[in-house]
Amino acid sequence: MSTQSTRFAARLMVAPSVFVLFIWMIVPLAMTLYFSFRFYRLLSPERAGWTGLTNYTWFFKAPDFWLAMGNTLLLVGGVLVITVVLGTLIALLIDQPVYGQGPLRILVIAPFFVMPPVAASIWENLFMHPQNGLFAAVARGLGGQPILFLESYPMASVIGIVSWEWLPFATLILLTALQSLSSEQLEAAEMDGASGLNRFRYIILPHMTRAITVVVLIQTIFLLGIFGEIFTTTQGGPGSASNTLPYMIFKQAIVAKDIGRAAAGGIIAVILANIVAYFLMRGIGKNLDA
Amino acid sequence: MGKIVLKSVRKSFGEVDVIPGIDLTIEDGEFVVFVGPSGCGKSTLLRLIAGLEDVTAGTMAIDGRDVTAAAPSERGLAMVFQSYALYPHMTVRKNIAFPLKMAGLSQADQDAKVTAAAKVLNLTNYLERRPGQLSGGQRQRVAIGRAIVREPSAFLFDEPLSNLDAALRVTMRQEITELHQSLKTTMIYVTHDQVEAMTMADKIVVLNAGHIEQVGSPLELYNTPANTFVAGFIGSPKMNLIEGPLAAEQGAHAIGVRPEHMGIVSEGGWEGKVLLSEHLGSDTFLKVQTVNAGTLTVRAGGEVRLSHGDTVRLAPLPGKTHRFGSNGLAL
Repeated sequence: MSTQSTRFAARLMVAPSVFVLFIWMIVPLAMTLYFSFRFYRLLSPERAGWTGLTNYTWFFKAPDFWLAMGNTLLLVGGVLVITVVLGTLIALLIDQPVYGQGPLRILVIAPFFVMPPVAASIWENLFMHPQNGLFAAVARGLGGQPILFLESYPMASVIGIVSWEWLPFATLILLTALQSLSSEQLEAAEMDGASGLNRFRYIILPHMTRAITVVVLIQTIFLLGIFGEIFTTTQGGPGSASNTLPYMIFKQAIVAKDIGRAAAGGIIAVILANIVAYFLMRGIGKNLDA
Repeated sequence: MGKIVLKSVRKSFGEVDVIPGIDLTIEDGEFVVFVGPSGCGKSTLLRLIAGLEDVTAGTMAIDGRDVTAAAPSERGLAMVFQSYALYPHMTVRKNIAFPLKMAGLSQADQDAKVTAAAKVLNLTNYLERRPGQLSGGQRQRVAIGRAIVREPSAFLFDEPLSNLDAALRVTMRQEITELHQSLKTTMIYVTHDQVEAMTMADKIVVLNAGHIEQVGSPLELYNTPANTFVAGFIGSPKMNLIEGPLAAEQGAHAIGVRPEHMGIVSEGGWEGKVLLSEHLGSDTFLKVQTVNAGTLTVRAGGEVRLSHGDTVRLAPLPGKTHRFGSNGLAL
């Protein structure tokens, strides 16, 4: 299979796509890096030039920068915990033979097909709205005061909405992992005297670690860049309580029209993503080795 | 102790009666083999005994205790699965120790028992490996190790050798037999291979379509098959069954003659042409198209040199003919 000539041929044939992908990645990265050291505001195009690290220092000195960094990580961590834990439980549930299993599974997966701004709007207006929302109606029905979700608990609300969107993905991956577990292993554990809880802990959960790792890695990539849900609901507020790094970059680029600062924010985001990726791979990457 | 008594045990999956009703007593310390063609319900019967399936009707008792509704873990049985069902993420040591851990034994007791079992099964050098790094035979031994550490009242084997190659199968067959002789625990062994059944069993239970066709020692089944099904299933190559006027001459619906009891004679007997001749060295298997008795299989000595197209005359050895009535039962 892997003689010298086949290895060479393989590399030769892979080379064009590697080259294209490399260009695809390096050109935007290089441009962002370039702009991040430039003074470049769309409102005053005549003023241009190198500014050194000013764009970066602005970010680090911004009063809500560390809050935004914390919120970004909180969003990623919170959604990961909720989707993995609930996803595992739902997967265990819908793996049971029940009447209407097919439609049930489609229903469980359906939220994934809803576009993020639409999902956020639905949650904001139909569920969390203090006058018209379902939660407010329930609270009033029970004789209480409606909770002002987006005002009092903005980050928790955003985490809830994003979790709802990503739960189907986690459930789907974890369900397929669950279905690949041989029933004989579970029966053997049953014969060995393992209770339901012990079968889950010693047989099912170890079998699912690889799928959980995949869910965590893939979701982390997407969750670091969550923007639409925040834009649609809290707009980073109240104040800057639900500000995240992507939302800060958006504000610099589109609202303040300061491309230099936005580029610096982008580079900070790339560095943050790499730090997160490093710790993730060190922590759970070994689960991917067969 | 491990006496298992089944009383009119029935199992249906929806409308289908897989086991219409079975009465069976397995004595303590016996090596019992369930044998039958695929789909005869032998694995289902084993799973009913294990508790992995619920019985539809009937009762089951182990050592006099009614276990019809008991959970698998409460029955004190250990099972070796066809796929071995080892836990892939655990080392061999942890695999074998798993039932002990679930039983809440101390770490020291677990280690002692695992070490002892590993010694018996020649697994001492492999304790820290994972199942994926072992050969088929070694995995088989780990599965047996996991079963014996629990000191169960009976072992259940579900076609444990069917994933092994022919040479290893013979070795493992002997190892399991030796294990039974040293442990003296009841063993129930399911197979579709009549050679395994003949060589290992104290008692063979021949199953067909959920019914017990015959229960007996291997030689009883060979010498006095109760019906045409057992006659055809036990023994290799299969017994020749001849129907029609030749059978009627002897007052039967069908007569059966085993290939090894078919003699080549110089005159008389049934004339026929050799269709196929297989020389195995020690034996020669002949397939002969006779004029009156249909196609017969003959097991002749290795010195017989007949080939395709030769004419032979065949006659059953005296006293070696089995007679069956029109209902298939032996007369």
